[in-house]
Amino acid sequence: MLRFLLEKEFKQLLRNAFIPRLILFMPVMILLVLPWAANQEIRDLRLSVVDNDHSTFSGRLIRKAVASGYFRLADVSASDEEALQAVESGKADIILNIEPGFETNLVREGAAKVMVSANAVNSMKGGLGSYYLSSILNDYAVELRKEAGLQAGGKIAPVITLASQGRFNPHLDYKVFMIPALVVMLLTILGGFLPALNIVGEKETGTIEQINVTPVNKFVFILAKLIPYWVTGFVVLTICILIAAGGYGLVPKGNLAVLYLFAAIYVLSVSGLGLVISNHSNTLQQAMFVMWFFTLIFVLMSGLFTPITSMPDWAQAITAINPLRYFVEVMRMIYLKGSSLSDLLPHLLVLAAFALFCSLWAVLSYRKNS
Amino acid sequence: MREAVIYTEKLTKRFGDFTAVDHISFEVGAGEIFGFLGANGAGKTTAMRILCGLSRPTSGKGTVAGFDIYRQSEEIKKHIGYMSQKFSLYEDLKVWENMRLFGGIYGMSSRQIGEKTETILKELGFADERNTMVRKLPLGWKQKLAFSVSIFHEPKIVFLDEPTGGVDPVTRRQFWELIYQAANRGITVFVTTHYMDEAEYCGRISIMVDGRIEALDSPAALRQQFRAANMEDVFQQLARKAVRKVD
Repeated sequence: MLRFLLEKEFKQLLRNAFIPRLILFMPVMILLVLPWAANQEIRDLRLSVVDNDHSTFSGRLIRKAVASGYFRLADVSASDEEALQAVESGKADIILNIEPGFETNLVREGAAKVMVSANAVNSMKGGLGSYYLSSILNDYAVELRKEAGLQAGGKIAPVITLASQGRFNPHLDYKVFMIPALVVMLLTILGGFLPALNIVGEKETGTIEQINVTPVNKFVFILAKLIPYWVTGFVVLTICILIAAGGYGLVPKGNLAVLYLFAAIYVLSVSGLGLVISNHSNTLQQAMFVMWFFTLIFVLMSGLFTPITSMPDWAQAITAINPLRYFVEVMRMIYLKGSSLSDLLPHLLVLAAFALFCSLWAVLSYRKNS
Repeated sequence: MREAVIYTEKLTKRFGDFTAVDHISFEVGAGEIFGFLGANGAGKTTAMRILCGLSRPTSGKGTVAGFDIYRQSEEIKKHIGYMSQKFSLYEDLKVWENMRLFGGIYGMSSRQIGEKTETILKELGFADERNTMVRKLPLGWKQKLAFSVSIFHEPKIVFLDEPTGGVDPVTRRQFWELIYQAANRGITVFVTTHYMDEAEYCGRISIMVDGRIEALDSPAALRQQFRAANMEDVFQQLARKAVRKVD
């Protein structure tokens, strides 16, 4: 019986004017565009400078800030008020205010003041901007101290410098971090939405009635619905792996077979969830909205964009029942750290439990009578 | 009467405080063509869906093909065919693919399905349409196809819910020939219709009014009982008593 149902599902899937194109086109678009766009590195902050000193030292500081690559000199104001206006009108993001007598104070007293004010409407941008600027100031201070020490011929005051090394992503490339997670998002969208719209679509056209009046086994029927999306998942994953390797030179450090194993289990759980939603919906719109709701929450609470450890405790507790969270972790671990199956065993068990739970629920929620 | 293949006793279905099917009791014998008549909203489709195992009754008893409608609905489904009011074959599958799918679901082998498909296509004069996408067939052909698929697995009973709705008189005529052929092979036919001339083709008919069966006999006996010239008149006399508003 399964064979005949599978023939039907695959024929319908391939004959659809839209879905096969979507399956091919969507991974390409998302992987080529989003790693560049969904990037949380802060660059090109517009700097407004209020230089009340106009000295060699203040000039050097400004050049140093601009040379860092994080800042672009957007505005030079005569006073703090003027600079604030530049921020208010959206011309500048961050203000560097250098006090009058900056150079004199530095030379005579060994200390001087600057003020950094950032537009924190986007708290991430504001915070990182002032952090970058203060690191530049720090650097500058160390530089000046060294020079002063050399000139005086005396001992240099002890300074601690920090050398940090990014393991697994040595160039701290945000794209490398995002691509494995974007693959998860794609599998969630394609593996979740297509089944969510499937059974309810049959309800709307009325064909489900003709099926329900046959002695078809519920388990077999749902299995025939799941398998095509499972295969779709493999196709999507393969396209993604090829684009990641070809477009970004990113190849999984871990075993490819382990990657496919996890994807297979993961797709079963999202497709199962999609079918559950489809079974409980009466219209395509309803299924669409409910699936959208779950996908949005799953994606935002998965650690895909924002780290889970910085969420409040209650939110962290919720992520424990989010299959996406586990799969995002797995993908990053396999891709970047090269983790092996034994490292990932706890994840495997949790995801297998999700897959089993969702598929069984899909079978149980499919009702042949009312 | 011959052995009963459908049997109901005080079968009732309520939706909230609305009683769609109200204590109906009747029997249908093997090989009969049984007409199930009633105005729109009288409860015909609901009753038929209960007998097909698509809807669970609220109370009452019933068996179809010897199986209990409460506990053995999946057994019932092995022995019946069903053609719903709304065309419900797969429009994005070809004619032969629909036959293959349903034949397969009922447990037929690929070879059996192939042979049966040939026979039916020939009988219907559909041989050229084997590879046509069902979506592209005209309505009359779709209805004939739907009927052929509903009896593809040679069920004991076939339930037809307004099979000739919206179809031209010539096609209706051909459709009834198909029904007779099936009945001659021993398939019991349970059919609802709005066309009173079609009611005359049935062996026995029941007329439902507001969820209850108000009359049940052969067309000739009913005409006599209601002193009517034709079935149209019988139906009018009964349907006028309806208090339930349609839709």
